[in-house]
Amino acid sequence: MTQLIWNGLFVGSFYALVALGYSMVYGIIKLLNFAHGDLYMLGAFAGFAILGAVGGVSSSMALPVLLAVLVVTMAVTGLAGVALERIAYRPLRRAPRLSLLITAVGASFALEYGMRAAAGADPRVYPLRLGGSSLEVAGARLTLAQLVLVGVAVVLMIGLNLLVTRTREGRAMRAIALDPTTSSLMGIDVNAVISRTFFIGSALAGAAGVMAGAYYGKIDFLMGFLIGLKAFTAAVIGGIGNIPGTMLGGLVLGLLESFGTFWLGGEWRDVFAFGVLILFLTVRPTGLLGERVTERV
Amino acid sequence: MLEISGLDVHYGGVHALRGLSLTVGPGEIVALLGNNGAGKTTTLAAASGLVRPSGGTVVFDGHDVTGGRPHRVTALGLVHVPEGRRVFSTLTVHENLQLGGYLVRDQAEVRKRIDRVYELLPRLAERRAQQGGTLSGGEQQMLAIGRALVTGPRMLLLDEPSMGLAPLVVASVMELIAQINAEGTAVLLVEQNATAALGIAHRGYVIENGERVLDGPAAELRDDPRVVEAYLGGV
Repeated sequence: MTQLIWNGLFVGSFYALVALGYSMVYGIIKLLNFAHGDLYMLGAFAGFAILGAVGGVSSSMALPVLLAVLVVTMAVTGLAGVALERIAYRPLRRAPRLSLLITAVGASFALEYGMRAAAGADPRVYPLRLGGSSLEVAGARLTLAQLVLVGVAVVLMIGLNLLVTRTREGRAMRAIALDPTTSSLMGIDVNAVISRTFFIGSALAGAAGVMAGAYYGKIDFLMGFLIGLKAFTAAVIGGIGNIPGTMLGGLVLGLLESFGTFWLGGEWRDVFAFGVLILFLTVRPTGLLGERVTERV
Repeated sequence: MLEISGLDVHYGGVHALRGLSLTVGPGEIVALLGNNGAGKTTTLAAASGLVRPSGGTVVFDGHDVTGGRPHRVTALGLVHVPEGRRVFSTLTVHENLQLGGYLVRDQAEVRKRIDRVYELLPRLAERRAQQGGTLSGGEQQMLAIGRALVTGPRMLLLDEPSMGLAPLVVASVMELIAQINAEGTAVLLVEQNATAALGIAHRGYVIENGERVLDGPAAELRDDPRVVEAYLGGV
């Protein structure tokens, strides 16, 4: 039981990290960025390339090296997200919503098959694994690696929440989500804030990508597809556009999957996740913490 | 201080402003009057950069701001308070005011300006933790103006601040505008309520179909039979 909860929270914290970028972008420009999962994939490959360039890493150094790679990768995917917005989305800001959505799907394919052209179709084995010692807590076996990854995810999420709720920049993001025109009259450079929002969201996805690579050990060019959909599901469960809601949605989805898999079997995991998505979309489209979102729309 | 000359604005096939010219001097309140669709809101939007004019120029304090981006125009001290107040509804009153201070790096200065607004508008101070959307119409108008004051404006572009407000509230909004002006901020005031606007303005312009049809000192406009008939509801 505690094992199931722990597994759920562990996977859920990945979902939450990726879902946050989804949710922030939706909040600020009302775009479902279907290419967001591919930035996670890009992060995994960027981390892979950096680790390859650094050379062999002894297992005692695995953790500090991983954290350093994480920071560089976040910068890389962050800038990729900014470029994506600048090239693909900004010219369509005033176009019908559907055009933007289709462009996002196109951007997703472009990233996936661009990566296949660059790195090949075969899965790559990550040059760094976080294995190592495990400990027992209240009947659940958790590894040190898992603890570190969850720790990093939690720190990033708390940081993001503080940024959005307490700072001038976060206030500007929330203002633009409500009314971009009036925000510009406050002296806010709306395009610049949107760029920075893409940077932050994409950096978080990139961090999750590296962490997934180091934890699961294998990456491929389509790895972002499913996680993108899961992140979307997590965002919908929590209330898309709502930051604490999205974090909660990620954890809830992780737990649902963990328990669903236990009761029904592993092959039902994705069925279970997307069944929940459909359920939420029909019964409670604003999500668990979504009341504020209905006011925003 | 603000010089608009020969301004043309097209919306698709509609010619909304036709060579409109007007000026606002330092320390003045200038009323811009006219019927619905005359081009009053478009004039303000073209001045603040929300709408790109197809011809003419807007010069503020020696800077050509024609077609400039809105946040740059605000940074110069020309601040537009849009029609319908546009308060950030799910942000608190205090956060709304803080957004006015977005361009001010010095947080102590922002606090000072916000305190000044609270002093001027004690109702906002009482409601500082409330969401902007929960305020009454008059309070929202006060908040929209207060928020603009935090930007440190040298000139305000006010679009229909009296819209939808009860007469007593209109009077207090006009009093607030006169007070802000007395402290040195120039005002271009767009109004349907010509009586209220001409009550505090120094000069006024009347526009129809995007063209200027009348202008002069406020006292003269108040007595002009054409204004009385068309905008002051008298016969």
